[in-house]
Amino acid sequence: MLIVIVPVIFLTFYFAWRYRKNNKTAAYHPEWDHSTKLELVIWGVPLLIIIALGLITWISTHKLDPYRPLDRIDADRPLAADHEPLNVQVVSLDWKWLFIYPEQGVASINELVTPVDVPVRFHITSSSTMNSFYIPALAGQIYSMPGMQTTLNAVINEPGEYQGFSANYSGAGFSDMRFKYLGVSDDKFDAWVQKAKKQGGTLNRSEYLQLAQPSTATPVTYYSTVAPDLYHAILNRCVVEGKMCMDQMMMMGKGDGEMAGGAIKHGDKQKGGHSSALNMNSDDMGRKQTNGQDDE
Amino acid sequence: MIFFVAMPMIVGIMNFVVPLQLGTRDVAFPFLNNFSFWMTAAGAGLTMVSLFVGEFGKTGWLAFPPLSGIQGSPGVGVDYYIWSLQIAGVGTLLSGINFMVTIIKNRAPGMTLMKMPIFTWTALCTNILIVAAFPILTVVLAMLSMDRMLDTHFFTNDMGGNMMMYVNLIWIWGHPEVYILILPAFGVFSEVVATFSGKRLFGYTSMVYATIVITVLSYLVWLHHFFTMGAGASVNAFFGITTMIISIPTGAKLFNWLFTMYRGRIRFELPMMWTVSFMVTFTIGGMTGVLLAVPPADFVLHNSLFLVAHFHNVIIGGVLFGMFAAINYWFPKAFGYKLDDYWGKWSFWLWTIGFYAAFMPLYVLGLMGVTRRMNHFDDSSLQIWFVIAAIGALMILGGIVASIIQFVVSYRRRDELRDHTGDIWDGRTLEWSTSSPPPQYNFAFTPVVYDNDSWTDMKKHGYERPRDGFLPIHMPKNTAAGFVLAMLSAACGFGLVWHMWPLVGVSFVALIGGFIIHTFNYNRDYHIPAEDVTRIENERSQQLDRYA
Repeated sequence: MLIVIVPVIFLTFYFAWRYRKNNKTAAYHPEWDHSTKLELVIWGVPLLIIIALGLITWISTHKLDPYRPLDRIDADRPLAADHEPLNVQVVSLDWKWLFIYPEQGVASINELVTPVDVPVRFHITSSSTMNSFYIPALAGQIYSMPGMQTTLNAVINEPGEYQGFSANYSGAGFSDMRFKYLGVSDDKFDAWVQKAKKQGGTLNRSEYLQLAQPSTATPVTYYSTVAPDLYHAILNRCVVEGKMCMDQMMMMGKGDGEMAGGAIKHGDKQKGGHSSALNMNSDDMGRKQTNGQDDE
Repeated sequence: MIFFVAMPMIVGIMNFVVPLQLGTRDVAFPFLNNFSFWMTAAGAGLTMVSLFVGEFGKTGWLAFPPLSGIQGSPGVGVDYYIWSLQIAGVGTLLSGINFMVTIIKNRAPGMTLMKMPIFTWTALCTNILIVAAFPILTVVLAMLSMDRMLDTHFFTNDMGGNMMMYVNLIWIWGHPEVYILILPAFGVFSEVVATFSGKRLFGYTSMVYATIVITVLSYLVWLHHFFTMGAGASVNAFFGITTMIISIPTGAKLFNWLFTMYRGRIRFELPMMWTVSFMVTFTIGGMTGVLLAVPPADFVLHNSLFLVAHFHNVIIGGVLFGMFAAINYWFPKAFGYKLDDYWGKWSFWLWTIGFYAAFMPLYVLGLMGVTRRMNHFDDSSLQIWFVIAAIGALMILGGIVASIIQFVVSYRRRDELRDHTGDIWDGRTLEWSTSSPPPQYNFAFTPVVYDNDSWTDMKKHGYERPRDGFLPIHMPKNTAAGFVLAMLSAACGFGLVWHMWPLVGVSFVALIGGFIIHTFNYNRDYHIPAEDVTRIENERSQQLDRYA
């Protein structure tokens, strides 16, 4: 790009000086307004640059797509195609971060710990407003959005303590929406999980609804047990007991347009094994929907 | 600032300059123009009311849900925002239609599209963008207000709503909006650079095509405002590449201005100074823009101060410098006297140096990973950069003050600064062929055009002003209807904000009734008698003789 930028800036100053009014020695061609050769250059050169840059963009965007599973730990260590990453579920709350470790069964507020050289897969959603999950030392940012899930694959190579924060304005407590990110050895990670198991309380639906209330600069907290369906309920916006989950709502009418007839087979509705507390007659569905709205 | 500063300024300048450049008396639909103006004023007024009655919208310039939803913002601030923009948006849309028709239908005889002044070309493209983009804003704001008032769920978190739909829709309008602002500024620079280099614009044809290409491409880039949404790599790469492609026609424009200066005789009057400053500043802004268009880079730089620095770089260095150039360039035409040079130069230097001092540190901070919209930072080593930026901001404040002083001083020295010729800059287009300020009918006789720089062409061929044989001129009459209807709209908007249904009902019925009654007003035009035209033109002849 600098092939174009530098000459343009230089020529702007040079022409401005060279062809100033008082310089009578400079050439003056008031009728000169076209040159096919120059036109070819001024369209052609940027075009070539953009073609090259476009190629780089296409390749790098795919290579660095946050959804793409990692294929190497660092420049020298490739990963097997069938490796299992560590899964971490991230929820942005007003105004703090909740990290759920489904495989370890623990959770933490405002502190994220992962082992060094182990690929991590983050599943990210939000409780109410949109935030952006960003640990500059680890990877690029990605939005956390209510009712939607984004994914980020990353790995940390250097042990250490890093900063993580929200990079998208989300209201009054936004500036303090920071968390500590620790890259640690495997042993220390296990020790951290044990610490959480010992210290923490239980994160169930009612505890989560408490937690989701707005608060600023929340201290680090651990949970030793996490309700297994909690993340699914957060993502599908049905933490409140009795509210229909979004994935179920979207399945309504799937099939042979049964919804129009007002009858849905029970099996259909439960597809996907949701454990949300939705135990109602299929005929009640329309009404239930309206009730859910009053709950908000 | 975008809605009620930049837009009215751009539309206002088009309003003044386009008919003059086309060699026509007025826009195609004078009443519609009047109505558009008052609708914009009514929208701005409603926003001003929100500062005193109720609350001002606190959800940023695009009001993203769920923050702008009824739960995130239960107050009236967002409602004020919505209804102000809806009312002003009607004005903008109607203006867009009006200008398109004016430019297509009302050109002086001989002025084919490819002989049209370049500013008018950019005005045409901008108005096409307005007509195609503003309905999207209207619809998306209507959907947001339905979410707020009627309990619909387009953009809510629950019940199948999706806030990203709003983000997509608002940027499908919002990105063309950016080009609605910058294209006329490009047009201004093109006029200024040709006039003050004393040369024909280099590459007129490629300039026109560059403008058209930008117009089309501006619809294909909106997703670059949120690459981090989590769309697939191919989608991100597509929008990244379309964004980069825009830099090709924009770059071509820069080269065209550059080669217009080449072998010219450049007079460094204020408009030209702003233009040179723009060329350098905008090039830097364009470079950082292409950088941000690369999605992997954007994942790191999105929402950082780097982004803030980039869009200020192009909006200040592009649109604002363009407006300063335009004001200094056309002010003598509009008011009959030049703006004061001394304070104009103070304003120029303070703005230019202040801009670099204020925003270059933000690029540095952004590259260091500083996120925008924070109210405090923990890292005290960043402080020095913020201090430099604050000094820059103070210099910009100085620039604003200097330009206010410039207006005051110019007004007081108006007799010394008077332009008697109507052609103070040795202009090249038709607006400089009439007096400054122009008579209400612009041109006593419609000019005939043979070349793109038609006024230069006329001067070269020894054009003589006609001194007799004037005819009566057909003109629109003054009417209060536009004002009345716009005030009724404002009342209706105010009622909708506060849920005052009787007021809404009455003002809406009055509004529709007012429109219908106005269509039956056949007493809307008159002729300026030939004697009056002769008298005005004779005064001008005497003035020209005296100062020749």
